[in-house]
Amino acid sequence: MAVVEEKPREEQLPTRKKKIAATGSDAAAYAVRDADVDVVAVYPITPQAPIAENIAQMIADGELDAELIHVESEHSAMSAAVAAAATGARSFTATSSQGLELMHEILYIASSLRQPVVMALATRALSAPINIWNDYADAMGMRDTSWIMIFSENVQEVYDNLVQAFRIAEHPDVLLPVVVTLDGYILSHTTEALEPLDREEVLSFAPKRPRGYRPVLDPDHPVTIGVLGAPNWYQEVKVQQALAMRESRRVIEETGKEFGKRYGREYGFIEPYYMDDAEVAIVTLGATSSLVKAAVNRLREQGVKAGMVKIRVFRPFPAEELAKVLENVNALGVLDRAVSFGGALEGPLAMEVLSTLAVRGITKPFISFIHGLGGRDIFVKDVVEMYQKLLEAAKSGKSVTRTLFYGVKSRKGHII
Amino acid sequence: MLDVPRVEIRFHGRGGQGAVTAAKVLASAAVDEGKYALAFPEYGAERRGAPVLAFTRIDEKPILEREPILEPDIVVVFDPSLEPEIYMKGLKPNGMLVINTKKTVDQIVKLLEEHGLQKPRCIARIDATDIALKHLRAPIVNTSMLAALVRAAKVVRLETLEENIRKVFAERPHIAEANIKAMEEAYNSTEVVCL
Amino acid sequence: MSTNQEKGFPERFLGKKYPETMEDLPIAAIVPWPGSTLDVTTHAWRTFRPVINQDKCVRCRLCWIYCPDGAILEVDEEYTTSTGKKYKVTFKVDYDHCKGCGICANECPVKAIEMVPEMK
Repeated sequence: MAVVEEKPREEQLPTRKKKIAATGSDAAAYAVRDADVDVVAVYPITPQAPIAENIAQMIADGELDAELIHVESEHSAMSAAVAAAATGARSFTATSSQGLELMHEILYIASSLRQPVVMALATRALSAPINIWNDYADAMGMRDTSWIMIFSENVQEVYDNLVQAFRIAEHPDVLLPVVVTLDGYILSHTTEALEPLDREEVLSFAPKRPRGYRPVLDPDHPVTIGVLGAPNWYQEVKVQQALAMRESRRVIEETGKEFGKRYGREYGFIEPYYMDDAEVAIVTLGATSSLVKAAVNRLREQGVKAGMVKIRVFRPFPAEELAKVLENVNALGVLDRAVSFGGALEGPLAMEVLSTLAVRGITKPFISFIHGLGGRDIFVKDVVEMYQKLLEAAKSGKSVTRTLFYGVKSRKGHII
Repeated sequence: MLDVPRVEIRFHGRGGQGAVTAAKVLASAAVDEGKYALAFPEYGAERRGAPVLAFTRIDEKPILEREPILEPDIVVVFDPSLEPEIYMKGLKPNGMLVINTKKTVDQIVKLLEEHGLQKPRCIARIDATDIALKHLRAPIVNTSMLAALVRAAKVVRLETLEENIRKVFAERPHIAEANIKAMEEAYNSTEVVCL
Repeated sequence: MSTNQEKGFPERFLGKKYPETMEDLPIAAIVPWPGSTLDVTTHAWRTFRPVINQDKCVRCRLCWIYCPDGAILEVDEEYTTSTGKKYKVTFKVDYDHCKGCGICANECPVKAIEMVPEMK
């Protein structure tokens, strides 16, 4: 009887990439390298600086053939990134906090001129008092600038999201800038396992398009970018932009699915966690999602039907997807890491989630939580406490009509 | 290997001793061994000489907890002049203290008693400053302390650590080799006592 | 316009030269062909129009240099003055784009440009 030789097991499995240890800043720089970016215009600021340093090192070592523009401020960094994109180059920048604020004017210009700039934002609180640690105040400040905004939960997502960002931004049906966030320190300076792709793979997933596929600055074929828009046409330009943002949903979805098909990590607009039978749920963003997931695990062990939803794409806001997963919960909370001072509710994400539900006629006992401002540590036990508050709300059927600040040092207790 | 699914390690050092790098290299070695790891420093206004904290979590499964480690399994103390109240804070009763000191284990126990602190289950002592001065001509004790940690708790293999040190100093192999010599001496001279 | 299409811009990046609705408008109001300023006349702003006295004009070109709108044209047209002096070029005003600011008249060293009220 002939012996059929069995293939060694390894050969039958799809080849796994070797995992390396990397910080979020390393991951961002690797993505820039693997996407073969042409122009990097960046001004250093904590905690984004290691991204700029890594890229500068790669260019010096010959690993990346890009033009590194040494600008004198973030305003110039964004201006240069927009101008580079307008010549048809693949253009990248990165910043944090006050740097983003200084860019603010040009953020609108990047998106209004429909220039596919990609930016990494190491999120950081805004002054004053001066603070270099993580919260989402800077990111939330750019929510109306018509940038596509993708939040990352871990170091792997920083890499994967940036790779996808180039493909989304440069898609002819989108042509909008994309920002990928990484929580300052919590991701930018944390070492984790990362499975990067090969450069050939990244370039086949997010290929550089021929220069003439969109109108670009070219002396042989002059175009005018940045015209005056008088009242007779300004509104139409803005509506075009709003429609492009809506249209980008399709491209973002396709891109996330295709990424999953190729590399086994599929990305959607949201990531529901234990939502199938959840009775109480918290919606949050970024690396904070990990903590909320850990709290859900802890509560599930105790038999509490807790769930959570991570918003991955904040702009365009995934209203349809979110409404669907939240339909059946008994009570709902939103954990924000930024304050919209004087708002109907003070959590920016809370307001998005509430309007998503309200316009679809869904009402739930609701609590808006704010914690973790300026790098204040959120512990899993704090999140568990929030879930307990939600269980009470589910029982009483009542919402809390004002935002609750958690973990506050106050004579009135730690919830204000 | 510790017989627990997750190990949480807290490094106490002073700015310039390499605590942050140690936490990172340890995580990197754990990832190389196919585990999940998370390493992060507690950031403040960084300056030489200021007390520095860094954390490493190692697990067989993906790690969701990004909070600082308040109740570590192991504390690694780079500098004997740090206050015992600070580095012993929250250490689990069955935890381990790995300390760079010229004191004997008995003297360390006595010091903890004097400060009214609970004794850890195990103490690993090493004179890492002497070893670092001998091999590196500088009191940068992080590599020696990692070797002591690995000797005492076997969180990763010494060889994996050494490979990672070679990666960190890829462009300066003589520094890598000096560190590896220090690690080997530290590994062999670490004294582990379980109380 | 054809050059851009040859270049591969899809139709929707181009729009119509004179859009009627949002759908006709090029993306980001980018004007994907050169020379669009020529199509936009600015003469209606004018209250006084510069008139060049070709006999007095010494062809020094200062008006051409100072005009902020490029509305002074240097034309290859021979001219003989009443005193018999011959010039190879003639300076003219582009009345479609001259806004009537009067800088040319002010700068003219021989006072050859007169600002004449527009008759409406």
